[in-house]
Amino acid sequence: MLKAPQVRGYLTEHFADDAFGTLEGYVKRGGYQAARKALGEMTPEAVIELVKASGLQGRGGAGFGTGLKWSFMPKTTDKPKFLVCNADESEPGSFKDRLLMERGPHLMLEGILIAAYATGASKTFIYIRGEYAFPADQVERAVAEAYAKGYLGKNVMKSGFAHDVVVQRGAGAYICGEETGLLESLEGKKGQPRKKPPFPAQFGAFGMPTTVNNVETFSHVPHIVGKGAEWFRTFGTEKSPGTTIFGVSGHVARPGLYELPLGTRLDEIVFEHAGGVPGGRKLKGVIPGGMSMPILPAGQLDVPMANEFLKERKTMLGTGGIMVMDETTCMVRVACVISYFLRDESCGQCTQCREGTGWMHKILERIERGAGEEADLGILLDIAAKMEGQTICAFSDAAAWPVQGLLRHFRGDFEAHVREHKCPFAESFEL
Amino acid sequence: MVISAASREKIALEITKYPKPRGALLPALHLVHAEHGFVSPESAQELAQIFEIRPFEVMEVVSFYNMFHDTKQPRHQVRVCTNLPCSLRGARDLLHRLEAHLGVRAGEATADGRIRLGFEECLGACAYAPMMRVDHEYHEDLDVERAKRILDALD
Repeated sequence: MLKAPQVRGYLTEHFADDAFGTLEGYVKRGGYQAARKALGEMTPEAVIELVKASGLQGRGGAGFGTGLKWSFMPKTTDKPKFLVCNADESEPGSFKDRLLMERGPHLMLEGILIAAYATGASKTFIYIRGEYAFPADQVERAVAEAYAKGYLGKNVMKSGFAHDVVVQRGAGAYICGEETGLLESLEGKKGQPRKKPPFPAQFGAFGMPTTVNNVETFSHVPHIVGKGAEWFRTFGTEKSPGTTIFGVSGHVARPGLYELPLGTRLDEIVFEHAGGVPGGRKLKGVIPGGMSMPILPAGQLDVPMANEFLKERKTMLGTGGIMVMDETTCMVRVACVISYFLRDESCGQCTQCREGTGWMHKILERIERGAGEEADLGILLDIAAKMEGQTICAFSDAAAWPVQGLLRHFRGDFEAHVREHKCPFAESFEL
Repeated sequence: MVISAASREKIALEITKYPKPRGALLPALHLVHAEHGFVSPESAQELAQIFEIRPFEVMEVVSFYNMFHDTKQPRHQVRVCTNLPCSLRGARDLLHRLEAHLGVRAGEATADGRIRLGFEECLGACAYAPMMRVDHEYHEDLDVERAKRILDALD
Protein backbone atom coordinates (compact mmCIF):
# COMPACT_ATOMS: atom_id res chain seq x y z
CA MET A 1 0.00 0.00 0.00
CA LEU A 2 1.25 3.50 -0.83
CA LYS A 3 2.44 5.58 2.09
CA ALA A 4 0.13 8.35 3.31
CA PRO A 5 1.25 11.76 2.02
CA GLN A 6 3.26 13.85 4.47
CA VAL A 7 1.34 16.99 3.55
CA ARG A 8 -2.36 16.27 3.84
CA GLY A 9 -5.58 18.21 3.37
CA TYR A 10 -9.22 17.21 3.75
CA LEU A 11 -9.05 14.43 1.14
CA THR A 12 -6.13 12.58 2.67
CA GLU A 13 -6.56 13.75 6.31
CA HIS A 14 -7.09 10.22 7.67
CA PHE A 15 -4.92 8.34 5.17
CA ALA A 16 -2.28 7.48 7.78
CA ASP A 17 -4.96 5.31 9.41
CA ASP A 18 -5.01 1.96 7.58
CA ALA A 19 -8.54 1.31 8.89
CA PHE A 20 -9.84 4.32 6.94
CA GLY A 21 -9.91 2.04 3.88
CA THR A 22 -12.45 -0.25 5.54
CA LEU A 23 -16.16 0.53 5.85
CA GLU A 24 -16.02 0.40 9.65
CA GLY A 25 -13.01 2.72 9.85
CA TYR A 26 -14.52 5.10 7.31
CA VAL A 27 -17.86 5.33 9.12
CA LYS A 28 -16.04 5.90 12.42
CA ARG A 29 -14.44 8.99 10.84
CA GLY A 30 -17.83 10.35 9.81
CA GLY A 31 -18.03 8.57 6.47
CA TYR A 32 -21.31 8.24 4.52
CA GLN A 33 -22.94 11.08 6.52
CA ALA A 34 -22.79 13.34 3.46
CA ALA A 35 -24.48 10.69 1.30
CA ARG A 36 -27.11 10.23 4.01
CA LYS A 37 -27.73 13.98 3.96
CA ALA A 38 -27.92 14.18 0.15
CA LEU A 39 -30.21 11.18 -0.26
CA GLY A 40 -32.36 11.98 2.79
CA GLU A 41 -32.63 15.75 2.86
CA MET A 42 -31.78 17.15 -0.57
CA THR A 43 -33.33 17.03 -4.02
CA PRO A 44 -31.10 15.91 -6.89
CA GLU A 45 -31.34 19.45 -8.31
CA ALA A 46 -30.17 20.93 -5.01
CA VAL A 47 -27.11 18.61 -5.02
CA ILE A 48 -26.21 19.71 -8.55
CA GLU A 49 -26.67 23.39 -7.61
CA LEU A 50 -24.45 22.92 -4.55
CA VAL A 51 -21.66 21.30 -6.58
CA LYS A 52 -21.99 24.08 -9.19
CA ALA A 53 -21.75 26.70 -6.44
CA SER A 54 -18.64 25.02 -5.04
CA GLY A 55 -16.84 25.57 -8.34
CA LEU A 56 -15.39 22.02 -8.28
CA GLN A 57 -13.53 21.30 -11.50
CA GLY A 58 -12.78 17.81 -12.79
CA ARG A 59 -9.43 16.50 -11.60
CA GLY A 60 -8.81 14.11 -14.50
CA GLY A 61 -6.94 16.63 -16.63
CA ALA A 62 -9.44 18.76 -18.53
CA GLY A 63 -10.75 20.75 -15.54
CA PHE A 64 -14.38 20.95 -16.67
CA GLY A 65 -16.97 22.16 -14.15
CA THR A 66 -18.34 19.09 -12.35
CA GLY A 67 -21.78 20.47 -11.45
CA LEU A 68 -22.27 21.73 -15.00
CA LYS A 69 -21.31 18.31 -16.38
CA TRP A 70 -23.88 16.63 -14.14
CA SER A 71 -26.57 19.06 -15.29
CA PHE A 72 -26.14 17.81 -18.89
CA MET A 73 -27.72 14.47 -17.97
CA PRO A 74 -31.28 14.33 -19.34
CA LYS A 75 -33.94 14.84 -16.64
CA THR A 76 -36.70 13.01 -18.45
CA THR A 77 -35.73 9.84 -20.24
CA ASP A 78 -36.99 6.28 -20.24
CA LYS A 79 -33.44 4.97 -20.67
CA PRO A 80 -31.29 3.84 -17.75
CA LYS A 81 -28.63 6.40 -16.85
CA PHE A 82 -25.08 5.49 -15.92
CA LEU A 83 -22.09 6.95 -14.16
CA VAL A 84 -18.54 5.99 -15.03
CA CYS A 85 -15.64 6.44 -12.65
CA ASN A 86 -12.50 6.96 -14.71
CA ALA A 87 -9.81 5.15 -12.75
CA ASP A 88 -7.63 4.51 -15.78
CA GLU A 89 -4.89 6.72 -14.37
CA SER A 90 -2.11 6.44 -16.96
CA GLU A 91 -0.80 9.95 -17.55
CA PRO A 92 2.95 9.74 -16.97
CA GLY A 93 3.78 11.56 -13.73
CA SER A 94 0.35 10.88 -12.17
CA PHE A 95 -0.32 8.48 -9.32
CA LYS A 96 -2.82 10.23 -7.06
CA ASP A 97 -5.87 8.15 -7.99
CA ARG A 98 -3.90 5.06 -7.02
CA LEU A 99 -3.48 6.54 -3.52
CA LEU A 100 -7.17 7.44 -3.29
CA MET A 101 -8.23 3.90 -4.26
CA GLU A 102 -5.70 2.20 -2.00
CA ARG A 103 -6.32 4.28 1.14
CA GLY A 104 -9.74 5.86 0.64
CA PRO A 105 -11.97 3.66 -1.54
CA HIS A 106 -15.09 4.47 0.51
CA LEU A 107 -14.56 8.23 0.09
CA MET A 108 -14.66 7.67 -3.68
CA LEU A 109 -17.68 5.38 -3.36
CA GLU A 110 -19.55 7.94 -1.25
CA GLY A 111 -18.86 10.57 -3.92
CA ILE A 112 -20.16 8.16 -6.54
CA LEU A 113 -23.37 7.58 -4.54
CA ILE A 114 -24.02 11.31 -4.24
CA ALA A 115 -23.31 11.87 -7.95
CA ALA A 116 -25.57 8.94 -8.86
CA TYR A 117 -28.41 10.40 -6.82
CA ALA A 118 -27.89 13.86 -8.36
CA THR A 119 -27.86 12.58 -11.95
CA GLY A 120 -30.42 9.79 -11.50
CA ALA A 121 -27.95 7.07 -12.46
CA SER A 122 -28.90 3.49 -11.64
CA LYS A 123 -25.45 2.00 -12.09
CA THR A 124 -21.79 3.04 -11.92
CA PHE A 125 -18.98 1.36 -13.79
CA ILE A 126 -15.59 1.88 -12.16
CA TYR A 127 -12.97 1.33 -14.87
CA ILE A 128 -9.53 0.73 -13.32
CA ARG A 129 -6.38 0.37 -15.40
CA GLY A 130 -5.33 -3.28 -15.59
CA GLU A 131 -1.90 -2.73 -14.07
CA TYR A 132 -3.49 -1.35 -10.87
CA ALA A 133 -4.21 -4.83 -9.47
CA PHE A 134 -3.87 -3.88 -5.81
CA PRO A 135 -5.95 -0.68 -6.02
CA ALA A 136 -8.61 -2.66 -7.90
CA ASP A 137 -8.60 -5.32 -5.16
CA GLN A 138 -9.10 -2.57 -2.57
CA VAL A 139 -12.00 -1.05 -4.52
CA GLU A 140 -13.65 -4.44 -5.08
CA ARG A 141 -13.36 -5.19 -1.38
CA ALA A 142 -14.89 -1.82 -0.50
CA VAL A 143 -17.76 -2.36 -2.97
CA ALA A 144 -18.48 -5.79 -1.44
CA GLU A 145 -18.50 -4.23 2.07
CA ALA A 146 -20.86 -1.48 0.91
CA TYR A 147 -23.28 -4.02 -0.55
CA ALA A 148 -23.14 -6.18 2.60
CA LYS A 149 -23.98 -3.22 4.86
CA GLY A 150 -26.67 -1.66 2.69
CA TYR A 151 -24.65 1.29 1.32
CA LEU A 152 -25.19 -0.07 -2.19
CA GLY A 153 -28.00 -2.10 -3.72
CA LYS A 154 -31.77 -1.89 -3.91
CA ASN A 155 -32.34 0.47 -0.97
CA VAL A 156 -29.26 2.55 -0.25
CA MET A 157 -29.15 3.46 3.45
CA LYS A 158 -32.92 2.84 3.58
CA SER A 159 -33.50 5.94 1.47
CA GLY A 160 -35.43 4.19 -1.28
CA PHE A 161 -32.65 5.03 -3.78
CA ALA A 162 -31.20 2.06 -5.66
CA HIS A 163 -27.67 1.91 -6.99
CA ASP A 164 -25.31 -0.75 -8.30
CA VAL A 165 -21.55 -0.57 -8.82
CA VAL A 166 -19.57 -2.73 -11.25
CA VAL A 167 -15.76 -2.78 -11.27
CA GLN A 168 -14.06 -3.46 -14.58
CA ARG A 169 -10.30 -3.86 -15.05
CA GLY A 170 -8.63 -2.49 -18.15
CA ALA A 171 -5.83 -4.33 -19.91
CA GLY A 172 -3.07 -1.87 -20.71
CA ALA A 173 -3.93 0.97 -23.09
CA TYR A 174 -3.29 4.65 -22.29
CA ILE A 175 -6.03 5.81 -24.66
CA CYS A 176 -8.71 4.20 -22.47
CA GLY A 177 -8.26 7.17 -20.12
CA GLU A 178 -9.93 9.32 -22.81
CA GLU A 179 -13.56 9.18 -21.78
CA THR A 180 -15.05 7.80 -24.99
CA GLY A 181 -12.12 5.41 -25.48
CA LEU A 182 -12.94 4.21 -22.00
CA LEU A 183 -16.60 3.74 -22.94
CA GLU A 184 -15.63 1.62 -25.95
CA SER A 185 -13.35 -0.50 -23.77
CA LEU A 186 -16.08 -0.89 -21.17
CA GLU A 187 -18.30 -2.26 -23.93
CA GLY A 188 -15.72 -4.96 -24.71
CA LYS A 189 -14.13 -3.31 -27.73
CA LYS A 190 -10.84 -1.72 -28.76
CA GLY A 191 -10.50 1.53 -26.82
CA GLN A 192 -10.72 3.87 -29.78
CA PRO A 193 -12.31 7.24 -28.94
CA ARG A 194 -15.66 8.20 -30.44
CA LYS A 195 -16.55 11.24 -32.49
CA LYS A 196 -18.35 13.91 -30.49
CA PRO A 197 -21.16 14.90 -30.65
CA PRO A 198 -23.06 12.99 -29.47
CA PHE A 199 -21.55 13.57 -26.02
CA PRO A 200 -21.71 10.88 -23.31
CA ALA A 201 -24.59 12.65 -21.51
CA GLN A 202 -26.73 11.80 -24.54
CA PHE A 203 -25.04 8.65 -25.87
CA GLY A 204 -22.58 7.16 -23.42
CA ALA A 205 -21.94 3.66 -22.03
CA PHE A 206 -23.92 1.10 -24.05
CA GLY A 207 -25.66 4.01 -25.77
CA MET A 208 -27.23 5.29 -22.54
CA PRO A 209 -26.93 8.77 -20.95
CA THR A 210 -23.65 8.70 -19.02
CA THR A 211 -21.49 11.01 -16.91
CA VAL A 212 -17.78 10.25 -16.63
CA ASN A 213 -15.80 11.66 -13.69
CA ASN A 214 -12.32 11.01 -12.35
CA VAL A 215 -11.55 9.24 -9.03
CA GLU A 216 -10.34 12.41 -7.32
CA THR A 217 -13.30 14.43 -8.58
CA PHE A 218 -15.71 12.01 -6.89
CA SER A 219 -13.61 12.09 -3.72
CA HIS A 220 -14.15 15.86 -3.24
CA VAL A 221 -17.94 15.56 -3.44
CA PRO A 222 -18.71 14.18 0.06
CA HIS A 223 -16.70 17.04 1.57
CA ILE A 224 -18.66 19.62 -0.43
CA VAL A 225 -22.02 18.11 0.52
CA GLY A 226 -20.96 17.69 4.15
CA LYS A 227 -19.41 21.10 4.73
CA GLY A 228 -20.85 23.32 2.04
CA ALA A 229 -19.76 25.25 -1.04
CA GLU A 230 -18.49 28.23 0.95
CA TRP A 231 -16.24 26.04 3.06
CA PHE A 232 -14.87 24.40 -0.13
CA ARG A 233 -14.12 27.81 -1.58
CA THR A 234 -11.89 28.68 1.38
CA PHE A 235 -9.31 26.43 -0.34
CA GLY A 236 -7.67 27.27 -3.63
CA THR A 237 -8.25 30.29 -5.84
CA GLU A 238 -11.46 32.03 -6.82
CA LYS A 239 -11.55 30.31 -10.21
CA SER A 240 -9.99 27.01 -9.06
CA PRO A 241 -11.34 26.12 -5.62
CA GLY A 242 -10.37 23.17 -3.44
CA THR A 243 -7.23 21.17 -2.94
CA THR A 244 -5.64 18.62 -5.24
CA ILE A 245 -3.05 15.91 -4.77
CA PHE A 246 0.15 16.86 -6.56
CA GLY A 247 2.51 14.05 -7.50
CA VAL A 248 6.14 15.14 -7.52
CA SER A 249 8.70 12.95 -9.29
CA GLY A 250 12.12 13.13 -10.93
CA HIS A 251 15.10 15.02 -9.56
CA VAL A 252 13.83 16.08 -6.13
CA ALA A 253 14.95 15.17 -2.63
CA ARG A 254 11.50 14.04 -1.49
CA PRO A 255 9.40 12.71 -4.38
CA GLY A 256 5.85 11.86 -3.35
CA LEU A 257 2.25 12.99 -3.12
CA TYR A 258 1.30 16.32 -1.58
CA GLU A 259 -2.27 17.48 -1.00
CA LEU A 260 -2.26 21.26 -1.28
CA PRO A 261 -4.72 23.99 -2.26
CA LEU A 262 -4.94 24.77 -5.97
CA GLY A 263 -3.00 27.96 -6.54
CA THR A 264 -0.04 26.83 -4.41
CA ARG A 265 3.06 28.14 -6.15
CA LEU A 266 5.05 25.64 -8.17
CA ASP A 267 8.36 26.74 -6.63
CA GLU A 268 6.91 26.21 -3.15
CA ILE A 269 5.93 22.64 -4.08
CA VAL A 270 9.25 21.79 -5.72
CA PHE A 271 11.64 23.46 -3.27
CA GLU A 272 9.84 23.56 0.09
CA HIS A 273 7.67 20.48 0.06
CA ALA A 274 9.68 18.18 -2.21
CA GLY A 275 13.06 19.47 -0.96
CA GLY A 276 14.41 20.82 -4.26
CA VAL A 277 17.06 19.29 -6.50
CA PRO A 278 19.49 17.03 -4.60
CA GLY A 279 23.26 16.81 -4.94
CA GLY A 280 23.85 20.55 -5.21
CA ARG A 281 22.74 20.54 -8.83
CA LYS A 282 20.66 23.28 -10.40
CA LEU A 283 17.11 22.98 -11.67
CA LYS A 284 16.59 22.96 -15.44
CA GLY A 285 12.88 22.52 -16.08
CA VAL A 286 9.58 21.24 -14.68
CA ILE A 287 6.64 19.59 -16.41
CA PRO A 288 3.77 20.86 -14.22
CA GLY A 289 0.78 18.64 -15.00
CA GLY A 290 1.55 15.21 -16.40
CA MET A 291 3.49 14.44 -19.56
CA SER A 292 0.99 16.04 -21.97
CA MET A 293 1.47 19.51 -20.51
CA PRO A 294 4.22 21.80 -21.84
CA ILE A 295 7.37 22.21 -19.74
CA LEU A 296 8.36 25.35 -17.79
CA PRO A 297 12.02 26.42 -17.55
CA ALA A 298 13.67 26.99 -14.15
CA GLY A 299 13.01 30.74 -14.22
CA GLN A 300 9.23 30.35 -14.52
CA LEU A 301 8.35 28.44 -11.36
CA ASP A 302 6.88 31.51 -9.66
CA VAL A 303 3.44 30.51 -10.88
CA PRO A 304 0.37 29.48 -8.85
CA MET A 305 -0.73 25.96 -9.78
CA ALA A 306 -4.16 26.77 -11.19
CA ASN A 307 -5.22 26.89 -14.82
CA GLU A 308 -5.96 30.62 -14.92
CA PHE A 309 -2.27 31.29 -14.11
CA LEU A 310 -0.66 28.35 -15.90
CA LYS A 311 -2.42 29.29 -19.16
CA GLU A 312 -0.51 32.59 -19.15
CA ARG A 313 2.66 30.47 -19.27
CA LYS A 314 1.23 28.37 -22.12
CA THR A 315 0.81 25.25 -20.01
CA MET A 316 -1.88 23.67 -17.85
CA LEU A 317 -2.54 21.92 -14.54
CA GLY A 318 -3.50 18.64 -16.22
CA THR A 319 -3.41 15.88 -13.62
CA GLY A 320 -1.04 17.71 -11.28
CA GLY A 321 1.86 15.36 -12.02
CA ILE A 322 4.99 17.48 -11.49
CA MET A 323 8.17 16.12 -13.10
CA VAL A 324 11.40 17.83 -12.08
CA MET A 325 14.57 17.80 -14.17
CA ASP A 326 18.01 18.97 -13.07
CA GLU A 327 20.76 20.66 -15.08
CA THR A 328 22.23 17.35 -16.31
CA THR A 329 19.04 16.54 -18.22
CA CYS A 330 19.17 16.43 -22.03
CA MET A 331 15.87 17.84 -23.27
CA VAL A 332 16.21 16.02 -26.59
CA ARG A 333 16.26 12.74 -24.65
CA VAL A 334 13.19 13.95 -22.74
CA ALA A 335 11.49 14.57 -26.09
CA CYS A 336 12.55 11.09 -27.29
CA VAL A 337 11.02 9.39 -24.24
CA ILE A 338 7.80 11.38 -24.61
CA SER A 339 7.48 10.81 -28.36
CA TYR A 340 8.22 7.07 -28.04
CA PHE A 341 5.37 6.80 -25.56
CA LEU A 342 2.99 8.79 -27.76
CA ARG A 343 3.83 6.78 -30.87
CA ASP A 344 3.27 3.58 -28.92
CA GLU A 345 -0.04 4.66 -27.41
CA SER A 346 -1.71 6.44 -30.35
CA CYS A 347 -4.80 4.36 -31.08
CA GLY A 348 -4.20 4.72 -34.82
CA GLN A 349 -7.63 5.97 -35.91
CA CYS A 350 -6.63 9.46 -37.10
CA THR A 351 -3.86 9.95 -39.64
CA GLN A 352 -2.49 13.14 -38.06
CA CYS A 353 -1.91 11.41 -34.75
CA ARG A 354 -0.86 7.95 -35.99
CA GLU A 355 1.66 9.31 -38.50
CA GLY A 356 2.58 12.50 -36.66
CA THR A 357 3.66 10.78 -33.44
CA GLY A 358 5.83 8.35 -35.44
CA TRP A 359 7.43 11.07 -37.55
CA MET A 360 8.19 13.19 -34.49
CA HIS A 361 9.82 10.23 -32.76
CA LYS A 362 11.97 9.37 -35.79
CA ILE A 363 13.20 12.95 -36.17
CA LEU A 364 13.90 13.33 -32.45
CA GLU A 365 15.91 10.09 -32.36
CA ARG A 366 17.86 11.30 -35.37
CA ILE A 367 18.67 14.57 -33.61
CA GLU A 368 19.70 12.73 -30.44
CA ARG A 369 22.03 10.44 -32.45
CA GLY A 370 23.72 13.52 -33.91
CA ALA A 371 22.32 12.94 -37.38
CA GLY A 372 19.81 15.79 -37.27
CA GLU A 373 19.79 18.91 -39.43
CA GLU A 374 18.85 22.51 -38.71
CA ALA A 375 15.71 22.09 -40.82
CA ASP A 376 14.47 19.26 -38.55
CA LEU A 377 13.44 21.74 -35.85
CA GLY A 378 11.13 23.52 -38.27
CA ILE A 379 9.74 20.20 -39.48
CA LEU A 380 8.97 19.16 -35.90
CA LEU A 381 7.02 22.36 -35.28
CA ASP A 382 5.23 21.99 -38.59
CA ILE A 383 4.15 18.43 -37.76
CA ALA A 384 3.06 19.51 -34.28
CA ALA A 385 0.95 22.36 -35.67
CA LYS A 386 -0.79 19.99 -38.07
CA MET A 387 -1.57 17.52 -35.27
CA GLU A 388 -3.50 20.11 -33.27
CA GLY A 389 -7.25 20.44 -33.47
CA GLN A 390 -7.67 17.99 -36.35
CA THR A 391 -8.52 14.69 -34.71
CA ILE A 392 -11.29 12.74 -33.00
CA CYS A 393 -9.85 13.15 -29.51
CA ALA A 394 -7.39 15.36 -27.64
CA PHE A 395 -4.55 12.80 -27.66
CA SER A 396 -3.10 14.37 -30.79
CA ASP A 397 -3.18 17.87 -29.32
CA ALA A 398 -1.61 16.58 -26.13
CA ALA A 399 1.07 14.89 -28.28
CA ALA A 400 1.93 18.16 -30.00
CA TRP A 401 2.10 20.33 -26.84
CA PRO A 402 5.06 18.77 -25.00
CA VAL A 403 7.28 18.87 -28.10
CA GLN A 404 6.25 22.47 -28.77
CA GLY A 405 6.99 23.33 -25.13
CA LEU A 406 10.45 21.74 -25.22
CA LEU A 407 11.32 23.64 -28.42
CA ARG A 408 9.94 26.90 -27.01
CA HIS A 409 12.10 26.84 -23.89
CA PHE A 410 15.05 24.58 -24.73
CA ARG A 411 15.71 25.15 -28.41
CA GLY A 412 19.38 25.54 -27.55
CA ASP A 413 19.61 21.87 -26.52
CA PHE A 414 18.28 20.78 -29.92
CA GLU A 415 20.54 23.19 -31.83
CA ALA A 416 23.60 21.99 -29.92
CA HIS A 417 22.93 18.38 -31.01
CA VAL A 418 22.65 19.47 -34.64
CA ARG A 419 25.76 21.67 -34.46
CA GLU A 420 28.00 19.17 -32.65
CA HIS A 421 26.61 16.06 -34.39
CA LYS A 422 26.26 14.35 -31.02
CA CYS A 423 24.51 14.62 -27.67
CA PRO A 424 26.48 17.16 -25.63
CA PHE A 425 24.91 16.09 -22.32
CA ALA A 426 27.27 13.36 -21.08
CA GLU A 427 25.78 13.43 -17.57
CA SER A 428 22.17 13.10 -18.68
CA PHE A 429 19.92 10.17 -17.75
CA GLU A 430 20.46 7.12 -19.92
CA LEU A 431 18.21 6.53 -22.93
CA MET B 1 -13.48 -27.28 -24.36
CA VAL B 2 -10.43 -25.30 -23.26
CA ILE B 3 -12.27 -22.76 -21.08
CA SER B 4 -13.10 -24.56 -17.84
CA ALA B 5 -16.58 -24.90 -16.39
CA ALA B 6 -15.52 -22.75 -13.43
CA SER B 7 -14.42 -19.91 -15.74
CA ARG B 8 -17.58 -20.25 -17.81
CA GLU B 9 -19.63 -19.84 -14.66
CA LYS B 10 -17.71 -16.69 -13.73
CA ILE B 11 -18.13 -15.31 -17.26
CA ALA B 12 -21.88 -15.96 -17.08
CA LEU B 13 -22.01 -14.01 -13.81
CA GLU B 14 -20.05 -11.10 -15.33
CA ILE B 15 -22.45 -10.95 -18.27
CA THR B 16 -25.39 -10.30 -15.89
CA LYS B 17 -23.71 -7.07 -14.72
CA TYR B 18 -23.81 -5.36 -18.12
CA PRO B 19 -26.68 -4.00 -20.25
CA LYS B 20 -25.18 -5.85 -23.23
CA PRO B 21 -23.33 -9.18 -22.88
CA ARG B 22 -20.22 -7.95 -24.67
CA GLY B 23 -19.45 -5.63 -21.75
CA ALA B 24 -18.10 -8.75 -20.05
CA LEU B 25 -15.54 -9.49 -22.79
CA LEU B 26 -12.59 -7.85 -20.99
CA PRO B 27 -13.43 -9.63 -17.71
CA ALA B 28 -13.74 -12.88 -19.69
CA LEU B 29 -10.36 -12.33 -21.34
CA HIS B 30 -8.80 -11.72 -17.91
CA LEU B 31 -10.29 -15.04 -16.75
CA VAL B 32 -8.89 -16.86 -19.80
CA HIS B 33 -5.46 -15.35 -19.08
CA ALA B 34 -5.66 -16.41 -15.44
CA GLU B 35 -6.36 -19.96 -16.63
CA HIS B 36 -4.08 -20.32 -19.68
CA GLY B 37 -1.84 -17.24 -19.79
CA PHE B 38 -2.90 -16.42 -23.35
CA VAL B 39 -5.82 -16.59 -25.79
CA SER B 40 -5.40 -19.58 -28.09
CA PRO B 41 -7.42 -19.94 -31.30
CA GLU B 42 -9.57 -22.48 -29.44
CA SER B 43 -10.21 -20.04 -26.57
CA ALA B 44 -11.07 -17.30 -29.06
CA GLN B 45 -13.52 -19.66 -30.80
CA GLU B 46 -15.19 -20.52 -27.52
CA LEU B 47 -15.36 -16.87 -26.38
CA ALA B 48 -16.86 -15.96 -29.75
CA GLN B 49 -19.59 -18.54 -29.17
CA ILE B 50 -20.29 -17.30 -25.64
CA PHE B 51 -20.53 -13.65 -26.75
CA GLU B 52 -22.15 -14.37 -30.13
CA ILE B 53 -19.47 -12.50 -32.03
CA ARG B 54 -16.86 -13.68 -34.53
CA PRO B 55 -13.44 -14.97 -33.43
CA PHE B 56 -11.63 -12.10 -35.17
CA GLU B 57 -13.63 -9.66 -33.05
CA VAL B 58 -12.21 -11.37 -29.99
CA MET B 59 -8.69 -11.26 -31.41
CA GLU B 60 -8.83 -7.58 -32.42
CA VAL B 61 -9.55 -6.80 -28.77
CA VAL B 62 -6.72 -9.11 -27.64
CA SER B 63 -4.25 -7.41 -29.98
CA PHE B 64 -5.25 -3.90 -28.87
CA TYR B 65 -4.32 -4.32 -25.20
CA ASN B 66 -0.76 -4.77 -23.84
CA MET B 67 -1.81 -7.17 -21.09
CA PHE B 68 -3.49 -9.66 -23.44
CA HIS B 69 -1.48 -12.23 -25.42
CA ASP B 70 -2.16 -14.47 -28.38
CA THR B 71 0.83 -16.77 -27.87
CA LYS B 72 1.91 -18.97 -24.99
CA GLN B 73 3.71 -16.88 -22.38
CA PRO B 74 6.55 -17.59 -19.95
CA ARG B 75 5.53 -18.18 -16.34
CA HIS B 76 6.29 -14.60 -15.28
CA GLN B 77 5.95 -11.19 -16.88
CA VAL B 78 8.51 -8.66 -15.67
CA ARG B 79 8.18 -5.06 -16.79
CA VAL B 80 10.48 -2.21 -15.85
CA CYS B 81 8.79 1.17 -16.12
CA THR B 82 10.92 3.36 -18.40
CA ASN B 83 8.72 6.40 -18.78
CA LEU B 84 10.18 9.82 -18.00
CA PRO B 85 9.90 9.98 -14.18
CA CYS B 86 11.45 6.50 -13.90
CA SER B 87 14.11 7.18 -16.56
CA LEU B 88 15.17 10.29 -14.61
CA ARG B 89 15.88 8.00 -11.64
CA GLY B 90 17.85 5.22 -13.28
CA ALA B 91 15.22 2.91 -14.80
CA ARG B 92 17.16 2.38 -18.06
CA ASP B 93 20.28 1.38 -16.15
CA LEU B 94 18.19 -1.08 -14.11
CA LEU B 95 16.66 -2.55 -17.28
CA HIS B 96 20.05 -3.00 -18.93
CA ARG B 97 21.50 -4.71 -15.85
CA LEU B 98 18.50 -7.06 -15.67
CA GLU B 99 18.97 -7.85 -19.35
CA ALA B 100 22.56 -8.84 -18.58
CA HIS B 101 21.51 -10.79 -15.49
CA LEU B 102 18.95 -12.86 -17.36
CA GLY B 103 20.91 -13.02 -20.62
CA VAL B 104 18.04 -11.66 -22.72
CA ARG B 105 17.20 -8.42 -24.50
CA ALA B 106 14.15 -6.43 -23.40
CA GLY B 107 11.09 -8.03 -24.99
CA GLU B 108 12.58 -11.53 -24.96
CA ALA B 109 11.91 -14.52 -22.70
CA THR B 110 14.49 -16.64 -20.93
CA ALA B 111 15.21 -19.95 -22.67
CA ASP B 112 13.79 -21.96 -19.74
CA GLY B 113 10.40 -20.29 -20.16
CA ARG B 114 10.54 -18.62 -16.74
CA ILE B 115 10.53 -14.90 -17.42
CA ARG B 116 9.75 -12.43 -20.15
CA LEU B 117 11.60 -9.18 -19.41
CA GLY B 118 10.29 -6.02 -20.94
CA PHE B 119 9.70 -2.35 -20.36
CA GLU B 120 6.42 -0.60 -19.92
CA GLU B 121 5.00 2.91 -20.00
CA CYS B 122 4.17 4.69 -16.75
CA LEU B 123 2.76 2.36 -14.11
CA GLY B 124 1.77 5.13 -11.70
CA ALA B 125 4.69 4.71 -9.33
CA CYS B 126 6.56 7.85 -10.36
CA ALA B 127 7.80 8.88 -6.91
CA TYR B 128 9.01 5.37 -6.11
CA ALA B 129 11.33 4.89 -9.09
CA PRO B 130 12.93 2.82 -10.35
CA MET B 131 10.29 0.13 -10.17
CA MET B 132 9.14 -3.00 -11.93
CA ARG B 133 5.93 -4.97 -12.22
CA VAL B 134 6.26 -8.73 -11.70
CA ASP B 135 3.00 -10.26 -12.90
CA HIS B 136 0.39 -8.39 -10.81
CA GLU B 137 2.75 -7.10 -8.15
CA TYR B 138 4.67 -3.80 -7.97
CA HIS B 139 8.22 -3.62 -6.61
CA GLU B 140 9.22 0.00 -5.95
CA ASP B 141 12.27 2.03 -4.84
CA LEU B 142 14.44 -0.71 -6.34
CA ASP B 143 18.18 -1.04 -6.53
CA VAL B 144 19.79 -3.45 -8.95
CA GLU B 145 20.73 -6.06 -6.35
CA ARG B 146 17.25 -6.22 -4.85
CA ALA B 147 15.68 -6.46 -8.30
CA LYS B 148 17.99 -9.37 -9.17
CA ARG B 149 17.07 -11.16 -5.94
CA ILE B 150 13.36 -10.75 -6.71
CA LEU B 151 13.85 -12.28 -10.17
CA ASP B 152 16.03 -15.10 -8.81
CA ALA B 153 13.30 -16.05 -6.35
CA LEU B 154 10.71 -16.61 -9.09
CA ASP B 155 9.86 -20.24 -9.88
